[in-house]
Amino acid sequence: MLAYTVRRLLQFIPTIIGISLIMFCLLNVLPGNAALMAGGKRELSPELIEKMKKDWGLDKPLYVRYLIYMKDLAHGDLGQSFLRQEKVNDLLASRIWPTLRLAVSAMVIALTIGIPLGFFSALRQGTWGDSASMIVAVSGVAMPQFWLGLLLMLLFSAKMNWFPTSGYGDGDFIHLVLPAITLGLGSMALLARTTRAAVLEVLEEDFIRTARSKGLSRFLINRRHVFQNTLVLILTTAGLQFGSLIGQTVIVEKLFSWPGLGSLLVDSIFLRDIPVVQGGILMIILAFLIVNLVVDLLYCVIDPRIKYQ
Amino acid sequence: MNHDDVLLNVRGLKTYFYTLDGIAKAVDGMSFYLDKGETLAIVGESGCGKSITALSIMGLVPQPAGKIVNGKIYLNNDDILEYPESKMQDIRGDKIAMIFQEPMTSLNPLMTVGSQISEMILRHRRVTKKESWERSVSMLEKVQIPSPGRRAKDYPHQLSGGMRQRVMIAIALSCNPQILIADEPTTALDVTIQAQILDLMLRLKQDYETSILMITHDLGVVAEVAQRIIVMYAGKIIEEGNVFSIFENPRHPYTKALLKSIPKFGNRTEHGREPLQEITGIVPNLYKLGSGCSFCPRCKEAMDICKIKDVGLTDLGNGHRVRCLLCKSKREE
Repeated sequence: MLAYTVRRLLQFIPTIIGISLIMFCLLNVLPGNAALMAGGKRELSPELIEKMKKDWGLDKPLYVRYLIYMKDLAHGDLGQSFLRQEKVNDLLASRIWPTLRLAVSAMVIALTIGIPLGFFSALRQGTWGDSASMIVAVSGVAMPQFWLGLLLMLLFSAKMNWFPTSGYGDGDFIHLVLPAITLGLGSMALLARTTRAAVLEVLEEDFIRTARSKGLSRFLINRRHVFQNTLVLILTTAGLQFGSLIGQTVIVEKLFSWPGLGSLLVDSIFLRDIPVVQGGILMIILAFLIVNLVVDLLYCVIDPRIKYQ
Repeated sequence: MNHDDVLLNVRGLKTYFYTLDGIAKAVDGMSFYLDKGETLAIVGESGCGKSITALSIMGLVPQPAGKIVNGKIYLNNDDILEYPESKMQDIRGDKIAMIFQEPMTSLNPLMTVGSQISEMILRHRRVTKKESWERSVSMLEKVQIPSPGRRAKDYPHQLSGGMRQRVMIAIALSCNPQILIADEPTTALDVTIQAQILDLMLRLKQDYETSILMITHDLGVVAEVAQRIIVMYAGKIIEEGNVFSIFENPRHPYTKALLKSIPKFGNRTEHGREPLQEITGIVPNLYKLGSGCSFCPRCKEAMDICKIKDVGLTDLGNGHRVRCLLCKSKREE
């Protein structure tokens, strides 16, 4: 398993090289550049723009820029922000924690509500309780996050005044609640549906009949035989969801003025601050890869049939 | 039958399935008994209701479609159909245990076989975890699994099909049940393994003084293990008797045809090349059973009256009963 983990970690390298190439090309053919955007509505003189382009190396041909970028990347240096007087490394380091906090809280909401809800639904299949929770789940999947976030803000901040509308505060819990719910609800709903399907599938298995023929109570069968077997199925969805949650933070962070990776990315894209965008995307991809690896390793822990060599 | 020895007595059992296609009468008025220490075989084609009979006794009829609509099942003179689910759970595994057809899928893939045996012992006996584990290992030894101490820690996927069926037997017998229901226990196994498993079951039956209700479509298995046979067709008993009278003197055309369809060793050298006998037609649709004998459309000896007249079981003496107008009329003559 250790050998497998090391091998998987080594596979990260070609993946990142490939993605960085695609990303680099796409970002650099975007119309406009940081020098043009720097002035905002104000026209800058052509000389100043040329000087900025030269300072940032934008006058060099694309492949040269890529090689320089890769050389720096190999040293762990993500470059210098065009517009902020900071190194990209430092900028990302200060933004990663809020994003991680948000994504993990959202995932915790999704897991702790979604899985029990799916279980409840499956065990009461066909009853009104099942229908009601699945209607909630479908609505959760269908609701766009920006809209849900606005509704929550309107209700719980503007009307009831329970939570602040936006911002990070001092990293306190109260500021985290609404963004985490907004981000987590979709995944929660998806997990509930997946869990329900998984439980119904496992309940049909022959070994459940064997467990019942042993005289075990339903509770024990559900806890010992059903739950563990559904976990294998749920884990896949949960892993993918966590990966995409990190991506979805872009919208939620922007909406709640959350000082994380997502809002940094959006701002930087509009300003064509390419080094920051590249760095941010690389971070998200790395997180995605790590989550996938962790999920694959967890399979191994849950299911004795899966062995990695 | 001697009533003191009757362990299980099923009276007029009807188990129906309510589906969108209509009502399927999977078990339609079964009455039979199982004596202490006896091996009774229920024989029939796929879909005749054998397995549902077994599941009805276990109280495990697939819900919500399946329902026991009528009948009584007496275990030691107590009607277990009257029992609440919690009391039924005490019976399952302890008094009546069951082995299923598919050893490959009947064990939980994520639990060691040892813990799958010990969870049964822990459920029904007051023992510590350690004791239950030791007993699981000794059960594995009894079903002749080599190095049982090590095997107990294996997961089902590490065992062969025959080994897994041995584990199933070990689970079923771990609480020393009065009745062992074996639903096609050897069907999914290789022929050589089949013989071993049957041998094992018969020997353990004597050691544990267990009665066996063997469900099978394999008449070869029946001849080897059973004392009495029930032949089922479309949810009903159509012939019942001890092994000798059924094999030597089958009376129902269906039983006769079944016995004829077994290829006999050496037949070709004696009688030359002959096609194998088959029963033409298919098992009737359980949703569309009309009146009259349900075997009638496939019966070579069918008369016009068979299509309309329902027929009860005729007692031919010596415990041999048959559901056929031919026998009835002969007896009445």
